[in-house]
Amino acid sequence: MEPGLYHILFISAALFFIGVYGFLTRRNLITMLMSIELILNSVNLNFIAFNKYVWPDKMDGLFFTLFIIAIAAAEAAVAIAIIINLYRSHKSIDVENAEDLKY
Amino acid sequence: MNKSLYIALIPLLPLAGFILLGLFGRKYFKKSAGLIGTVLLLTSTILALYTAYDYFFVYGKVDGVYQKFVPFQITWLEFSKGLSIDIGLLIDPISVMMLVVVTFVSLMVHIYSLGYLKGEERFPIYYSFLGLFTFAMLGLVLSSNIFQIYIFWELVGVSSFLLIGYYYDKPSAVAACKKAFIVTRFADLGFLIGILILSNSAGTLDFNTLITTLTSPESNAIKTATASTFLGASALTWGAALVFIGGAGKSAMFPLHIWLPDAMEGPTPVSALIHAATMVVAGVYLVARLFPVFSLTTPGVLEIVGWVGAVSAIIAAIIACTQTDIKRVLAYSTMSQIGYMMFALGVSHYGGEAGLGYTASMFHLFTHAMFKALLFLGAGAVIHYIHSNDMKDMGGLRKFLPITHITFLIACLAIAGVPPFAGFFSKEEILLAAYQNNMVIYWIALITTGLTAFYMFRLYFNIFWNKEAPASAKASAGKEGGFVMMMPLVLLAIGAAAAGFIPFGEFVSTDGKALESHFHLQFSIAPVALGLAGIFTAMWLYKKQNNKPEKLAATLGGLYKAAYHKFYIDEIYLFITKKVLFNLIGKPAAWFDRNVVDGLVNFSGTATQFVSEKIKKVQSGKVQQYAIYFLAGVIVLAAVFIYIWK
Repeated sequence: MEPGLYHILFISAALFFIGVYGFLTRRNLITMLMSIELILNSVNLNFIAFNKYVWPDKMDGLFFTLFIIAIAAAEAAVAIAIIINLYRSHKSIDVENAEDLKY
Repeated sequence: MNKSLYIALIPLLPLAGFILLGLFGRKYFKKSAGLIGTVLLLTSTILALYTAYDYFFVYGKVDGVYQKFVPFQITWLEFSKGLSIDIGLLIDPISVMMLVVVTFVSLMVHIYSLGYLKGEERFPIYYSFLGLFTFAMLGLVLSSNIFQIYIFWELVGVSSFLLIGYYYDKPSAVAACKKAFIVTRFADLGFLIGILILSNSAGTLDFNTLITTLTSPESNAIKTATASTFLGASALTWGAALVFIGGAGKSAMFPLHIWLPDAMEGPTPVSALIHAATMVVAGVYLVARLFPVFSLTTPGVLEIVGWVGAVSAIIAAIIACTQTDIKRVLAYSTMSQIGYMMFALGVSHYGGEAGLGYTASMFHLFTHAMFKALLFLGAGAVIHYIHSNDMKDMGGLRKFLPITHITFLIACLAIAGVPPFAGFFSKEEILLAAYQNNMVIYWIALITTGLTAFYMFRLYFNIFWNKEAPASAKASAGKEGGFVMMMPLVLLAIGAAAAGFIPFGEFVSTDGKALESHFHLQFSIAPVALGLAGIFTAMWLYKKQNNKPEKLAATLGGLYKAAYHKFYIDEIYLFITKKVLFNLIGKPAAWFDRNVVDGLVNFSGTATQFVSEKIKKVQSGKVQQYAIYFLAGVIVLAAVFIYIWK
């Protein structure tokens, strides 16, 4: 059976919610960062799928995907820099320990 | 008319003195402040005298009628076409007459103060305030615009406040200056509303246009203004009455007179200048300035003016008979004499022979300025010598203060209306005007004449005769006060003796035409006889120390006590303000402010605090919690966009 739009959307949605679940439940900041990458990639998958099945003669979706990959790379760099700094000051990368910024 | 521009210098020179001495006096002119002020004012006085000569004898009269000139006018603030606040000069007989009076008396006071306040710590400040007052008063009399007169009106009020409170370390002086300011300010509120009503009816603030518009019965302005009524009186009547309230406050008319006796807390020369000769007659001047409106359009208000004047005259005269503070006697006497001027205006009509009261009022203003300033300066010389205001501490001073004695006697004779001194002529004209128009006021005035003579000579005999001179007076014998204090006394005494011979009706009348003043010898008999009776009664009671005054006081009983306590008018005021106003209006208003107004403000504060206390837990610092809120928000928005706003 040829894979259709719905198959890809199903995978994308699954990927998204796995990412959300991981972001909300993991306490390790690196794992949370990985979860975010999952979410972003689910979005990428969506763009590609819609581009291919709905407007095959256009390339907008592809460009958006490239953008998101680039931004995700930058974001990962920034996030890891933050995590390293956090580790230096708190000797931990557990998100439970990083709640100084509150009321 | 630009050759008359030098008139603008007359008020501006004292202003220059005020600025110079006020800014630099303490540092550079500690000793010379008096001299600077005096020289500037001397220049003003000479210019004023020249103006008077020029106006009355050279260019003022056209076809036998004195004209009004506006040599200088700039528009300062324009509201609409025709309705603008201008700053200008108005030259007509009464303003020129007032120019002479104000500059002359002010000059006398400047010279006198050189001796009276010698060595005072705040000597330059005193002279700068005198300059400010003189500027404001001259500006007031020269005003060509009713709003301009209001500005200067407030300025004289301020300078009066400053000078009454000159001895600011004395609590009574501080209380007195506040009282004077608040009472006159209260009356000025009426004046301001009156101005608004009158200018609204006439569509202008300019005096000349205003008077022309409001006195021609055919004009539309009058028709609309008389058509709209409020509480049974037309808008114009209310406007004129409110303007008169302003004048009554400044001129210390009953029942707004309570500030004047207390204002005697200021230095005595100040009392002579402000509270006897010039500022307190501003109310009379104002009524005279708007006299055509009062007389032709709102005769009812003019009648009120007459009655208020008459009542003030007799009440003040009765109170003056019982006071022992010599300056207070003079203050009540001032009030009584201003009452004369007021009712003289009140009984006058516009135009020709019927305008006698107007001329008489202005004439009395002129002569009164002379002899009352003299009386105050004389009293100042006595106070300077004895260091007391109370006549119980005085007596037998005629040998120690010969010049003061003679000049004081002249002033007393003048105010008592003994011929041929100045007061006789002006008072006769006032009585004649009253006799022709209102018999009740005439009788009140006649009785007041007798009382005036009595209390003035009671004062005179108590100061200069009565008992032996006190020991302290003998010790400082021969120090009467020097040339600078005696010269003004002598000059004013000449004025008080001779001013009556000026044919005043020639110069000042309602319509500018010369007014022939007739003398009816038989008419003068009654007032002069009453005056002499007053003098002899005073002589009998007070020339030698005896117990007759006490006996008389005991016989009069309640009346004496009531008069001694000034008819309890101050107490009535205190009752009304403290008991009635404070309790019924002040306290509820304070409660409203504290609970409702403040309550609203406080409530918004506490409400914010309470709510933020409750919701601050949202900001927990837990990243994942924020992510949940974010997710929830996105889901809600998505639901809204999908299901509701399709």
